[in-house]
Amino acid sequence: MNWLVQNLGLVGELLLVHLALSVPAIILSFVIAIPIGYLAHRQRWARGVLLTLCGVLYAIPSLALFIALPAITGFGIRSPLNLVVALTLYGIAVMVRTAADAFDAVSPDTRLAATAMGYSAVGRFWAVELPLAGPVLLAGLRVVIVSTVSLVTVGAVIGVQSLGSLFTDGFQRGIVAEIVTGIVATMVLALALDALSVLAGRLLLPWSRRAAPSRRSSAQAVPIEAGEPA
Amino acid sequence: MIEFRGVTKQYPDGTVAVGGVDLVVPPRTTTVLVGTSGSGKTTLLRMINRMVDPTDGAVLIDGTDVATVDPVRLRRSIGYVMQNSGLLPHRTVLDNVMTVPLLKGTRRQPARARAMELLETVGLDASLAQKYPAQLSGGQQQRVGVARGLAADPNILLMDEPFGAVDPLVRQELQQELRRLQRELGKTVVFVTHDIDEAFLLGDQVVLLRTGGKVVQSGEPAEFLASPADDFVSGFVGADRGRRRLRLEEVDGRRVVVDEDGRPAGVLEP
Repeated sequence: MNWLVQNLGLVGELLLVHLALSVPAIILSFVIAIPIGYLAHRQRWARGVLLTLCGVLYAIPSLALFIALPAITGFGIRSPLNLVVALTLYGIAVMVRTAADAFDAVSPDTRLAATAMGYSAVGRFWAVELPLAGPVLLAGLRVVIVSTVSLVTVGAVIGVQSLGSLFTDGFQRGIVAEIVTGIVATMVLALALDALSVLAGRLLLPWSRRAAPSRRSSAQAVPIEAGEPA
Repeated sequence: MIEFRGVTKQYPDGTVAVGGVDLVVPPRTTTVLVGTSGSGKTTLLRMINRMVDPTDGAVLIDGTDVATVDPVRLRRSIGYVMQNSGLLPHRTVLDNVMTVPLLKGTRRQPARARAMELLETVGLDASLAQKYPAQLSGGQQQRVGVARGLAADPNILLMDEPFGAVDPLVRQELQQELRRLQRELGKTVVFVTHDIDEAFLLGDQVVLLRTGGKVVQSGEPAEFLASPADDFVSGFVGADRGRRRLRLEEVDGRRVVVDEDGRPAGVLEP
């Protein structure tokens, strides 16, 4: 505890740096994965290729990617941008499959109804398919948030500052309190961002919580299949 | 008026869903397409708003080939009601009904007023307006579906087995309601069902289709019983079974109509 009190400034600073590295990567991977996932959902042939690519991407060891990436991007190996690019790639790898599943989960009946009412393909995507994919997309986003926040710490090994620096520094200098602080702070940050995304989901997807049919007006017997649109 | 001219739909694998249909749907009447599954009735319906394009022949609305009309604009001008309501689960009842008018550029206030009015027309309480579809019973959802189909005041209303998934009591109620609406509104309704009783109840014109999308017989409901075109028709309408073979019996001085098994069907008015 003593160590934490004395180094509160440092921890706070690293927390902000950590946030600045993870949030852009989370947002970028979410935004980029959605169109790729939609393509995988729409095109049978693309699905296999894209999902396999994502699987392979995720299998690349993070340290190797951090070191190899500058050769492609041109950023310095210790540049935070290098790390953000790598984290975004991992985020996409996780998110694309979920995004494809999210669009698969939209009921074909609903999509048909939207078309029949006169939505254009683009209008239907924004007004119907994207919002209805929302709950599953959110579930994927939560995984990306937690995995990205935790992956940022690996950057400390190649010298990109973050809460991970507390482990490396604490390990080298044998300060257990510093290592523990790093771990706890990383977890707290991940949980806080996760809670934030859940809150955003509640605000943006109010209908998904009320999906359970209430049968107060059940003077008439209603068969299950009629009362529960998928 | 809707006109089908030699309309065929053949899929790449060779399956013929609709095989050379010629048909005229007179304005302000209800035409019911009836047949078993695989008879192409839904495909035929969806050709009217270009959800399906024919591989041969043409569909005309008031003399205009629909193939020449932008499908999105066409669909916004035609009401569509489907089985399981097809309501957008993430929108309230009110927003669902307002969808098409808003797509067509109606401002929010008038669209809202019109939607509230329509909910009343289809017999739904105003308190349901802010509910989500999943909070409604199956029958209520279908009513919302009908309101939504009527929201942009289309001349044509397409109904694809709209009452197929609700229980029999609610279905009867909805059928009567549709008859009342049709008397008041006078739309050109094309209605798809596999239930011949529903077809006879709702149709001014009934079109019976068989596998491969061929019209077997079309005309007023009574014609199907008076002069069925062939055995398939008699079988489908049930004329060869006891249910439609009625005879008179004298009971307590009144003439009672009974079916072949002697079950009463009604009383004959003098």
